Amino acid sequence: MRECKLSTLNLTEEELTQTARLVRHDILLMCNAAKSGHPGGPLSAADYLTALWMNYLDCEPKNPFWEGRDRFVLSNGHCSALNYALMAHRGYFSRGYLLTFRTLGTRLQGHPSKVKLPGVEVSTGSLGQGLSVAHGMALGARMRGVPERTVFCNCGDGELQEGNIWEAVMHAGHRETDNLVLSVDFNNAQIDGYVENVKGIEPLADKFEAFRWRVHIANGHDMSDIVKAWEWALEGTPKRGHPCGQPSVILFKTVMMEGTGEFENIPGWHGRPPKDDEVMKMLKALGFDYGSVEEARASLGEAVYDGYVPEEER
Amino acid sequence: MAAKIEYKNGILPSSAWKPELTRKAYGEMLVELGRQNPNVVVLDADLSESTYTKYFRAEFPERFVECGIAEQDMMNTAAGLSTWGFIPFLSSYAIFLTGRAWDQMRNTVDYSNLNVKIAAAHGGISVGKDGCSHQSMEDLGNVMGLVNMTVLVPADYWETRRMMAWIPQHEGPLYFRLGRERVPMVTTEETPFVPGRAVEVVGGNDGTFIACGMMLSRAVRAAELLAEEGIFSRVLNMPMLKPIDEEAIVKAAVETGAVVTIEEHSIYGGLGSVVARIIAESEHRVPVRVIGIPDIYLESAGPEELLGVAGLTAENAAAKMKDALARRA
Repeated sequence: MRECKLSTLNLTEEELTQTARLVRHDILLMCNAAKSGHPGGPLSAADYLTALWMNYLDCEPKNPFWEGRDRFVLSNGHCSALNYALMAHRGYFSRGYLLTFRTLGTRLQGHPSKVKLPGVEVSTGSLGQGLSVAHGMALGARMRGVPERTVFCNCGDGELQEGNIWEAVMHAGHRETDNLVLSVDFNNAQIDGYVENVKGIEPLADKFEAFRWRVHIANGHDMSDIVKAWEWALEGTPKRGHPCGQPSVILFKTVMMEGTGEFENIPGWHGRPPKDDEVMKMLKALGFDYGSVEEARASLGEAVYDGYVPEEER
Repeated sequence: MAAKIEYKNGILPSSAWKPELTRKAYGEMLVELGRQNPNVVVLDADLSESTYTKYFRAEFPERFVECGIAEQDMMNTAAGLSTWGFIPFLSSYAIFLTGRAWDQMRNTVDYSNLNVKIAAAHGGISVGKDGCSHQSMEDLGNVMGLVNMTVLVPADYWETRRMMAWIPQHEGPLYFRLGRERVPMVTTEETPFVPGRAVEVVGGNDGTFIACGMMLSRAVRAAELLAEEGIFSRVLNMPMLKPIDEEAIVKAAVETGAVVTIEEHSIYGGLGSVVARIIAESEHRVPVRVIGIPDIYLESAGPEELLGVAGLTAENAAAKMKDALARRA
């Protein structure tokens, strides 16, 4: 097995928890400033994806096309605010730029755009598509002879109602694609209500197992459990020298709008931006005490893009 | 009289045409490209016998990804492979690729501007007896509006080979349409393929036929029929629908005074729609006739029977040209 150049931050569990708290803070302000966007999913996936981005996803933020990088595909592209906040905290660009989210001319499109923002591996937004792309990327790594390059994909639970997902699940199971790791944000909430009422997806672990995947269930808001889950997933990959011949999936049990107190677990927050008074309450529940929304926004700094600029734009 | 016809660019008269499969040319060329370029990979969705990717599969099994009957998954698996610098060629039937997998084509492949080559077999209605579910008369319209997509419709076996030789040099998403049936080899190895350019295959100034795909043979035959009456129409082959050769279209309108398009596609969204728009927006509003599949679903029958029902015949093309010429200014 070739030597892997690791490029991660290796934060402690406490540092990860604090970073996730700031990520939530930023997401809420982004949606509030844009008067649009989807805060619900980003807040449920914030803890476990913070752990992934800070500690497990090999990348070089100022060189997003570094060939040794792992890949991340946000299949539920409406959680873009989370993707962008994670990139900012990982060092791709300054946090202040997050407040340009969804405004004319920004790289931070409503749903992630590969052509606009370096570091986005593929454009997503139409649900159900990302896992097939991620699987293609994982196969590509294998065909290039670098199976230690791991492809991480995140899906929403409601998204698993899309047929294309199960085509990809079947395909990856069939091909024993063990450098593919899927995380599912199992918050049981989608636009029209609780997933179990809209169109139930359980028994989910059994479904993945039947398609020949390794399955792990974790508490998506317990950082110690989260870290164990990512370690478990990576232990079955070529990256750690243990190719297990199966793709891995972690079902993270989460709560929509986690951390916002009275606003938690209400499906209506899937795609509703918080108004000024609401965002102040949410930030307070997260432990941030600002005098005004303006003060909160100012805490992010200047809205300038200082990340990687592709050659053709220079 | 027919002897006065001016065949150009290596085109053959109808008396010399022999039929061959375009999808066979695709399969043969994939193998050649595979030998030349290690980045060429091929995907199929349980149709490799029919799309002739079986040749590539046999020689390069490690670069062949069988996706099973799952076109959406195949489209996006190809997208993922392309991010590693591979040049994925994927194939299935036009109706499934541009129908079922359209969202994947639009939102993943085209919007991300990925280097995915989409080979759509069984384009058009000449699929014949399989019936309406397998006939594709909407596929070109479905892909023409995709911003980054290059759209190719080869006329015959030789043109398919020429296009295939060029495709790996092209960067970005590309759609090209193959047929089911053996179609007349109108072009030869001498006929040029220049990306973005129409090819004048019959000279003349009494109106212009603009054709793509297997309808090139109908247009040439129509020109031959008209020549017997002393009418000498130009024939343009339009192998690339997007980006299209606007200059050649306007030039044809100016120099020949009437334009008749013919394609094995719905009258909505294909060659005729584009040509009509370009002429309407130009300063040279000559009579235009669009021959395509009228707004009907067809049925199970032999290819020639169906093409006849849809009016995709040389006789109809010749009649439409006379009609247009009668209204020429």
